[in-house]
Amino acid sequence: MRQATLTLNRIWLIMLFATLTTWGLGEGGAGGRLAMLTMLAMAFIKGVLVIDDFMELRHAPLLWRVLLIGWLGLVTALIVLSYWIGS
Amino acid sequence: MARAFQIKVSFNMQHINELPAVEPHLRGDLAIWIFILAELLAFGVFFVVYAFTRARHVELFNAAQLGLDRNAGALNTVLLITGSWCVAHAVAAARQDRQAIAVRWMAGGLCGGLAFLVVKIAEYQAKFAAGLSMDSDTFHMFYFSLTFFHFMHVVLGVGILIILLFKLRAGAYGSHDAHGLETGAAYWHMVDLAWIVLFPLVYVMH
Repeated sequence: MRQATLTLNRIWLIMLFATLTTWGLGEGGAGGRLAMLTMLAMAFIKGVLVIDDFMELRHAPLLWRVLLIGWLGLVTALIVLSYWIGS
Repeated sequence: MARAFQIKVSFNMQHINELPAVEPHLRGDLAIWIFILAELLAFGVFFVVYAFTRARHVELFNAAQLGLDRNAGALNTVLLITGSWCVAHAVAAARQDRQAIAVRWMAGGLCGGLAFLVVKIAEYQAKFAAGLSMDSDTFHMFYFSLTFFHFMHVVLGVGILIILLFKLRAGAYGSHDAHGLETGAAYWHMVDLAWIVLFPLVYVMH
């Protein structure tokens, strides 16, 4: 398994930046569709990084990657749907 | 799982390289992955029920959400992400038999988990002091139950990290066998993954 520590550090920084973005949107009081989609996109990106690189499913049998990224995609899609029907 | 060959090369302190195994490989015990799937299913259902309940009480949820400590939530996100980063480093170090380094990284991960619990408890105390509880309204019913459900997973995760830390110090894990370490680490990453969805969903999005 290729496990460059430099990749882990880069991933951590990306996740911190994504978190900062979500927090910043919150501080700015951002409501509405674009903010919501941005935050879910940030969550999705962070989640894929955890699944692929922290959990190392990138190098696992495809089934597991499909299951977990599929979970993440399904949950975020349903959340988007709930916002669509709620507003 | 048999590997045709495996060569470990250490370039310097920063880079660790293993040539990839011939077949795809699931890290850790299969049992933990079944457990992880079950937990993610439970969290997923909880998140979706929250989202669709919110859709029927948008004003209430938006208003009540303003009372949440978003900074505490963001800080907790940083703590869990950093904790996972530390645990991932610990696993990488253990695989190269850099035991002392692995122990330090694992200690870092454990600190992140413990700090999360402290922040969360302080957050709850502030809510209780303000007279809020699960009975206050539908939003707070979700806020408390959902975050407490997650909190208990962090508690279990911290317990696992403590065990991993002691076993690392005892030299239980290394290039010969990091299976148990990977198993515990996978659970910890799941706890991080769940919070990654929870934070924007409950604390920020409106």
